[in-house]
Amino acid sequence: MKNKENTTRKINMYVLLLIGVVISLFPFYWMVVGSTLPSGKIFSVPPKLIPGNHLLENAKTLNESLDFARVMWNSLFIAIIYTVISVLLCTMAGYAFAKFQFKGKKFLFFLILCTLMIPFQVTLIPLFEIMVTLDWLNTYQAIILPSIASPFAIFLMRQNMITIPDSMLEAARIDGAGEFKIFFSIIMPTMKPALAAVSIFLFMSQWNNLLWPLITLNSKDMFTLPVALSSLIGMARIDYGQVMLGTTLSVIPILIFFLIFQKNFIAGILGGSVKG
Amino acid sequence: MGEMKTNPNDASSTVKSKGKKTKRVYITPKTAPYYFLAPSMLLLVIFTLYPVISSFILSFQSMKGSDKYFIGMANYVRLFKDPVLYKSLSNTFQLLIVQVPIMLSIAIVIAVALNSASLRYKGFFRTVYFLPAITALVAASLVFMIMLDENYGLANYALSLIGVEPISWLSHPFWSKVSIITVMTWRWTGYNMVIFLAGLQTISPDLYEASDIDGAGPIKQFFYITLPQLKPVFIFTVVMSTIGTLQLFDEVYILTGGGPNNVTMTITLYLYETGFKYFDFGYASAIAYVLVVIIAVISWIQMKLVGDSD
Repeated sequence: MKNKENTTRKINMYVLLLIGVVISLFPFYWMVVGSTLPSGKIFSVPPKLIPGNHLLENAKTLNESLDFARVMWNSLFIAIIYTVISVLLCTMAGYAFAKFQFKGKKFLFFLILCTLMIPFQVTLIPLFEIMVTLDWLNTYQAIILPSIASPFAIFLMRQNMITIPDSMLEAARIDGAGEFKIFFSIIMPTMKPALAAVSIFLFMSQWNNLLWPLITLNSKDMFTLPVALSSLIGMARIDYGQVMLGTTLSVIPILIFFLIFQKNFIAGILGGSVKG
Repeated sequence: MGEMKTNPNDASSTVKSKGKKTKRVYITPKTAPYYFLAPSMLLLVIFTLYPVISSFILSFQSMKGSDKYFIGMANYVRLFKDPVLYKSLSNTFQLLIVQVPIMLSIAIVIAVALNSASLRYKGFFRTVYFLPAITALVAASLVFMIMLDENYGLANYALSLIGVEPISWLSHPFWSKVSIITVMTWRWTGYNMVIFLAGLQTISPDLYEASDIDGAGPIKQFFYITLPQLKPVFIFTVVMSTIGTLQLFDEVYILTGGGPNNVTMTITLYLYETGFKYFDFGYASAIAYVLVVIIAVISWIQMKLVGDSD
């Protein structure tokens, strides 16, 4: 009796979980199918759920609306440069907070904790004014620089580095290694998992960023993916095939990276609050 | 932050030993932290601290052309009478009290299911449920926008199969909110599920074994062991979701543009429109400070709550 109850409960659980799987995956599938259909067919009754053969045409119209390769390059370039510099600077700052005693440390760390709680929206207007003054609208640096010193990344790296034993640093110092050499050749290599998580966090936040690029970029050849995609639906006649294709192309690279580096990815997106 | 102290003797002792071995030391352990901190602190001052202060000052100013002049509390007085602000606050609040509980309940149920010892293909389920969390909000919103099309969208087709009339998902005052909630839930449930899952794995199995012996069923165990044990994780997810909802922008910008008639207007979208469509920088800054105050209060409450649970 009890056994039978258990099996039905188990089957119910799998069925429910599979429904969840379908809900999670369906939008992805439909997005891919939609990018192979002509705009009108996306809304046909009954809906087309099998890929069509309009992919190349959609690619052509997408490329006419936007220089898509350029948009992709903008997004990649911005996200990669941003991630590399930000990881380096934030790790250095986190290291200073974790492993050194110095005057003003408490105050500076308190400042970091405060900025952690401040919504970035409050900085938008003065930042925009700065960009206008510097004549930086429609530039890469306007997108990259303002958020490069991420209080969150600094905090996270500090938490991760606090466990580095002091004896390790001392041993290196006795061997005559300079402070920067210690940082680059001893600290950085031991921090690989944390660095991977923080990098993914920063990369994703920049790759998906809409609001700030929307404000600073208005020339088409500087658009990042989110801005470009949102511009497609602002057109007089929306071509849904190209919207679906653009969306698919923006999601696929991340999807592949996610499937390869799953553990780091989950830890990264959750901001290191959970180990993947 | 109790673990901040390191041995105070470290610095001095290493300086001595270092001084003996190498002669040219420009960067000592005493000065090193300043070098390490300088670039990020400088950037934070320019691109965060200065803007925060500047926008506070701006919120007491108005502009004529490019000239700014002080108008005292006028922006804030206007805020208190602004129906759109009240609307966006109440929208945010409505989204919060409906969306967050739905999402977190689903997330916790899935997490408990995935945590059960007998379940197979755990890794597969976890990966798939997490997938929506890696998509850009813009991408997710676009796909749902097309699915929720008023005329021939997939959602309306599915409804037509069971004889329901087409719904104006994106332009009806009620259904447009439902649409926003749907996108948010699809995008964030897996994210929270993984956080819960990690929390569940820290609960000692002894607790469940002991209650098994006492004859407690799975539902009793869920309410008397799982939920109380997850309290800190729960507070974390509630606070994160609340702050996220307060900053809601991408979804409404794509799906509804704040319409119809401001029923899906959010604080951030209102700020964006005030600042960058009407270029009313002073008033937009005042709106931003409403957000600052609300988030500060929530963070303060969170600290109190977490402090109590320790």
